[in-house]
Amino acid sequence: MNMQTTARQTAAEAALIEAFNAQVGELPGNGAVISARDRLVDDLKSNGLPTRRIEAWHYTDLKTLLRAIPAAVPAAVVDTPEPLVAGSAVITTRHGLADQKVGIGGVLVNAFSDMLSEGTAAPGLSVIDRDDTIGKINGSFVRDGYVLEFPADATIEKPVEIQVLHGDGQVHTRFPVSFGAGSKATVIERHLPTAKGEAFVTSVSDISLEDGADVTWIIVQQQGAADTHLGQLRVRVGSNAKLRLYVINAGGRLVRQELRIDVAGEGSDLQLRGVNLLGGETHTDVTLVLGHHVPNTTSTEIFRNVVFDRARGVFQGMIKVALDAQKTDARMACNTLLMSDEAEFSAKPELEIFADDVQCGHGATVADIDANHLYYLMARGVPRNTGRAMLVNAFVAEIVEELEDGQLVEALEAIISSWLERHA
Amino acid sequence: MLEIKNLHARIAEDGTEIIRGLNLTVKAGEVAAIMGPNGSGKSTLSYILSGREDYEVTDGEILYNGESILELDPAERAAKGIFLAFQYPVEIPGVATMQFLKVAMNEQRKARGEAELTTPDFIRRVKESAAELKINPDMLKRPLNVGFSGGEKKRAEILQMALLEPKLCVLDETDSGLDIDALKIVADGVNALRSPDRAVIVITHYQRLLDYIVPDTVHVLYKGQIIRTGDKSLAHELEANGYADIIGEAA
Ligand SMILES: Nc1ncnc2c1ncn2[C@@H]1O[C@H](COP(=O)(O)OP(=O)(O)OP(=O)(O)O)[C@@H](O)[C@H]1O
Ligand SMILES: [Mg+2]
Repeated sequence: MNMQTTARQTAAEAALIEAFNAQVGELPGNGAVISARDRLVDDLKSNGLPTRRIEAWHYTDLKTLLRAIPAAVPAAVVDTPEPLVAGSAVITTRHGLADQKVGIGGVLVNAFSDMLSEGTAAPGLSVIDRDDTIGKINGSFVRDGYVLEFPADATIEKPVEIQVLHGDGQVHTRFPVSFGAGSKATVIERHLPTAKGEAFVTSVSDISLEDGADVTWIIVQQQGAADTHLGQLRVRVGSNAKLRLYVINAGGRLVRQELRIDVAGEGSDLQLRGVNLLGGETHTDVTLVLGHHVPNTTSTEIFRNVVFDRARGVFQGMIKVALDAQKTDARMACNTLLMSDEAEFSAKPELEIFADDVQCGHGATVADIDANHLYYLMARGVPRNTGRAMLVNAFVAEIVEELEDGQLVEALEAIISSWLERHA
Repeated sequence: MLEIKNLHARIAEDGTEIIRGLNLTVKAGEVAAIMGPNGSGKSTLSYILSGREDYEVTDGEILYNGESILELDPAERAAKGIFLAFQYPVEIPGVATMQFLKVAMNEQRKARGEAELTTPDFIRRVKESAAELKINPDMLKRPLNVGFSGGEKKRAEILQMALLEPKLCVLDETDSGLDIDALKIVADGVNALRSPDRAVIVITHYQRLLDYIVPDTVHVLYKGQIIRTGDKSLAHELEANGYADIIGEAA
């Protein structure tokens, strides 16, 4: 058995195990953390990376797609980019390590490495399920990140921007964040390379909204053209809480962003919005598993995808409505613009409904831009390519414009339009 | 300024011929009215002038200032000064009206080798023209034409025309959907653009508009051909007697 597994081990799998063996002595963690890591690595060793035969990974055969992993080398990341919204509180991890002595007014901030050393991180290192490959890799390797606690009833006016910066190599970060009852905040989780080579990045954010919290969480992924980015967001939404969750993918070569959301409190509302800008020969997967577990909750999920060149996109959206979760109102839409004949997008929306009194729906569309719209713009002197870019931009900007913060809208629109300028 | 010679054009998709040997000449400085029964091909002609790709020219020629424009795409024609105010302007969600206006104005300038407008200059021009056309500036904060009333859309078309300062203006039933006051405002807007180096083609069903925008020539389009040309009295004749006599004579 063991022999066989080893024989089929891919270069990337071997590199992962090797990297772990090389680092295991220096990874922070008490006894509980060490044994948690060992369990995860053993799991990776015996099961390997998932293939298309695993349903959750059917469209993203990680075993095949992840051909190699860059060596784990340290990298000095010194710069701190301007935050998307001027005046934001910025906290930065540099190549997987938190800065020393970081503070945000009104928010408790600690390094995740402390949680590892103390062992309080150990329970969180467990996987969500057998197919939680991102949890396995991240839990094995993670060294640092930030632990944020927004106190009850705190209103943090300016966004908090978590900059996850890295050079070439391997980077694994984790961000447990709790929003106290009645707190109100905007957090931007921003993934950016500072070098042009190849990086292998995993990042897990584990957030909980206590009763009545009102949170905007924005993931902006702008990894480099050679980077692998495996992101996971674990969310628990409490009673009467409101979460606006945005996922913007505008980078990376191989990307999977998982959203594991539990709507666990009555009267809560989730607005999930996603923008996937895909080009080149990249592969990008957004996988959502959303559980409505209690009565009287609402959610809307809208994804807008633009796919150029030979890029491939995947959206898997599973909404589960538990037997008790009566009066759930959940609506999911996934709209795609295919900009080339070789571009591909696979959308797999799924509803698993056990309650009988619910309003649930999903729809997926694939289209080219509207010829009448393009004609109208051209008839006013807008050249064809500029017109196309304007319309593609409009298709995704509509989503971003729902945000209240005008500066944030502008910043995200700037990311979208500069991406489009580079790809259209 | 515009010479259309024996133009034949069909719908690209199914090959149906709509324009069937049409001849029309419009001189610089002239206001030409085109009238004709529903479905005779008036809007189709305007689309073909603007370069819409849903139609295929199979024969004949369109000369603009002596040069054929058949090979030019709509944006190139617009940059050369051809403007069509649409009978049914489309709504484009997600495209901000102001951004659209700025891009359109500057792209046309770029194409003609002129300097781009500065933002303050652009905003000043829009404000002035909007005020003249009694357009509520709040409307311009919305996405292009989205949620505009029928009359507001028509006014927005004339606003674009005023800002883009075209040389050949084609107005396709700009009067339909306008209330009496708006009709006067729009007509004043068009008359303000009248100049010796600019031609206007007004497509309309009603004399009412031609009372305000007095045409130099009136043409009757029927089944894809101009079957009669006259001066402004022809419009009065049509208003009084309808198309039956003229169609009968042509047949
Ligand atoms: N893309 C198209 N597909 C199918 N039919 C078309 C298309 N374009 C034009 N036609 C047909 O061509 C004919 C001429 O249409 P057009 O819109 O040019 O008429 P019009 O003179 O502008 O009429 P109205 O006065 O009602 O505006 C009509 O019979 C119309 O149905
Ligand atoms: Mg018409």
